[in-house]
Amino acid sequence: MREYNKLIFECSKEGRKAYKLPESDIPSYELPASLARLEAAELPEVSEVDVIRHYANLSQKNYAVDLGIYPLGSCTMKYNPKINEEAARIPGFAQVHPLQPVETAQGALQLMSELEDMLCEITGMSAFSLQPSAGAQGEALGLMIIKAYHQSRGGSKRNKIIVPDSAHGTNPASAAMIGMDVVEVRSNKDGGVDVDALKEILNDEIAGLMLTNPSTLGLFEKNILEIADAVHDAGGLLYYDGANTNAIMGITRPGDMGFDVIHLNLHKTFSTPHGGGGPGSGPVGVAGHLEDFLPVPVITVKKNKYDLDYDRPLSVGKVKGFYGNFGVLVRAYAYILTMGAEGLKRVSEMSVLNANYMMDRLKEFYELPYDQTCMHEFVISHLKNNPADINTKQIAKRLLDFGVHPPTTYFPLIVHEAMMIEPTETESLESMEEFISAMIQIAKEAVENPEIIQTAPHNTSIKLLDEVSAARKPVVKWKGYKKDE
Amino acid sequence: MLPYLPATPEDENVILDQLGLKTADEVFHEIPQSIRLKKGLNLEGSKSELEVEGILKALSEQNLHAGNTPMFLGAGMYDHYIPSTVRYATGRSEFYTAYTPYQPEISQGTLQVIFEYQSMICAITGMDVSNASLYDGASAAAEAALLASSSTRRNQIIVSETVHPDTGRVLSTYMEQQGIELITVPMKDGITDLEVMNELVSKKTAAILIQTPNFLGYMEQVEELEKLIHQNKGLLILSVDPISLGLFKSPGEWGADIAIGDGQSLGNYMSFGGPALGFMACTKSLMRKMPGRIVGQTQDTDGRRGFVSTLQTREQHIRREKATSNICSNQALNALAASVYLTTMGKQGLQEVARQCYDKAHYAAETITKSDKYRLAYNQPFFKEFPVISSVSPENIQSTLLKNGIIGGYALERNYPMLKNCILYCVTEKRSKEEIDGLKQILEGMT
Repeated sequence: MREYNKLIFECSKEGRKAYKLPESDIPSYELPASLARLEAAELPEVSEVDVIRHYANLSQKNYAVDLGIYPLGSCTMKYNPKINEEAARIPGFAQVHPLQPVETAQGALQLMSELEDMLCEITGMSAFSLQPSAGAQGEALGLMIIKAYHQSRGGSKRNKIIVPDSAHGTNPASAAMIGMDVVEVRSNKDGGVDVDALKEILNDEIAGLMLTNPSTLGLFEKNILEIADAVHDAGGLLYYDGANTNAIMGITRPGDMGFDVIHLNLHKTFSTPHGGGGPGSGPVGVAGHLEDFLPVPVITVKKNKYDLDYDRPLSVGKVKGFYGNFGVLVRAYAYILTMGAEGLKRVSEMSVLNANYMMDRLKEFYELPYDQTCMHEFVISHLKNNPADINTKQIAKRLLDFGVHPPTTYFPLIVHEAMMIEPTETESLESMEEFISAMIQIAKEAVENPEIIQTAPHNTSIKLLDEVSAARKPVVKWKGYKKDE
Repeated sequence: MLPYLPATPEDENVILDQLGLKTADEVFHEIPQSIRLKKGLNLEGSKSELEVEGILKALSEQNLHAGNTPMFLGAGMYDHYIPSTVRYATGRSEFYTAYTPYQPEISQGTLQVIFEYQSMICAITGMDVSNASLYDGASAAAEAALLASSSTRRNQIIVSETVHPDTGRVLSTYMEQQGIELITVPMKDGITDLEVMNELVSKKTAAILIQTPNFLGYMEQVEELEKLIHQNKGLLILSVDPISLGLFKSPGEWGADIAIGDGQSLGNYMSFGGPALGFMACTKSLMRKMPGRIVGQTQDTDGRRGFVSTLQTREQHIRREKATSNICSNQALNALAASVYLTTMGKQGLQEVARQCYDKAHYAAETITKSDKYRLAYNQPFFKEFPVISSVSPENIQSTLLKNGIIGGYALERNYPMLKNCILYCVTEKRSKEEIDGLKQILEGMT
């Protein structure tokens, strides 16, 4: 295969076109000169063949779930079913305008309303908003709801949120986004929340606790009921980061654990594709006492007629235009229909079994800081036998040579040289073996031939990239059109 | 066996044996019994692909859509032509089943797409730096306001009443959370009231946020607004329709500091409101405070050109609560659609689409107001949308149009109580003369 290394701008030739519009059958109207653009935007001029070859070539420079195992911890890179993609493209979904009369969009509203009900059942919450575009926006919305709840009860000084030291970076960032102060609580030796430390920092300034359960270490928080009681007794609310819901469907529910607010990542647990970084969808679910604070509009149903209700005086407002990433919702809805109740439970069983299998196979070669039954993911640390001091980044780059995707690295922050591995339920025994054998091979190389790891990757079309100078002297757009710049 | 779950009973036994377990259920022993679900989830049973297809098709058939019904509705989402190249590229699973490009050596496809996307957003907006996309136009406005506030260290944002109502709502939601003062300036004759703006802008103002063309479709008087805010050392945030940039002055040419907007028009389906994308571009001096991902060019150890995520110390996974935003997932696949759209339409195509929208909208406005029943709400320059006032109620007009198989415009009274009996029509390049004449005929016959 030839190596493709062109920018689309370098394919451009004056006068080429990749489109044809119908001839306009309408006279031209004058544009006020003071409003007219002075210089046309320098977009490429290429043929349709150029467009297709360019993007086909670029696509081949990507690793993807459809090519092989992608065990990024906390990202739940499961298979993205094709029927879901087709469904989202049906014109009766893809080409519906969000503001067309509601009586002409009943199918879209029915789908959303039913999806809300399904998510309530799966999580044990009483109502959902499908509005947030992604997990982080869901977090921000969930925290706004907590803030509004306290304010409605005269508790406006409750402006601190507790976040474990193992939490995703979005947790503290979301808290800051809505003007809350972050208080960190440390983990205990088993990787759970240190309950005594938690109790020490609980007071009447605490709005609540954000918790991922299973945690980012892949461990179930055994003391969840005690934690929930302690937070509630202190007047706080409990927020569930649903990044790791894949482990618990049909097994246990955040609502039954005592959580007041949760968000889910449909692009993780519910099989919608990650798209190279989005679009996601981060619906927020609440317990009964928080329903009034949900964002507008809320979908209502009366006598089988669906409508949108904007008249919600206690609502926190709006975090996104219109109603949510509907195209993503269609995919998640199709997924839940396909799996059904038993199928979803089976998903959680196999994702947890797969993770434990890989952990058990790898712990002979890699440090396992928390040696207990894990949930859908686990965290390992550096090599057990490591005379050349090989680090996690080097292991990740060497894995590229084996044609598999590396795990999440250097996260969670509380584990030195962390590698976080999440196989998901859609990987077969054979594909897990492929990854395991690459990891074991690297463990051997670390002793016999460390240099091959230190200089990796070798088999990728591009070698190790210089990230330092990229940040020091940023080149963030094509400058070729104007040579003098 | 379910089609997405490859484990056979034998495979499962291999795993259980390795773990010394007898049943799958035992692997959940860390979960306290008191919170284990005692019965199955109350959902229906697993369905086949044919059944799922049938259910979704039936739901979709309850919706009218742009594919079977001519639409004169815009108001923030637009029925523009989407080239087949866009469906081809976004349908390639090497793009859509990849994660955020954390391992650049095996993500050069996604990274180069984002780099080219940033370049093209800079080209159309006339700005220095673009990020890799935000959720949508409304949340881009909120992010821009936060960026302006933190970079000027001022605590007041002034927004015009003429921005999209959802932009106003989202902005107000976010500003309230951070205790930033948000002042809304009313409109006069369909555009931002310059006199009121003049009275309100001060050295306390971090930025003014103006949408042009505004929600009513009219072009704002940006020149005066730009002078005013810059005299006060605040920032100009301009929200624009990217298609309009094929004809109208770019934010860069107007002197904006931050350009934002909703990118749906660039090759993304309306999809009942999402997913599409928000875009944001700014001047070089604001680059290191910009929210979201940015891709930069660099070299590998052999000296070959390559791309990486850069300036990451702004982001949540490094800076946690000190990050410039909490955004993690963005709208990468929609940014790909926007890139393929801009590549396919190219330098000439963007101008031609904008020109056709402009001409057709002006023809429609002229045709509809020939009858003395209808008149334009204000006399201002507009792009592809225009508000029409009549003595006929919007409900009556909408239902009559629906009966004739047309989706009409947006009733503005919902957001602007003083605009009674006023409908905002939108005409894109997809509408034909025949459809516009048909609309006019039905309107003409209304009483």
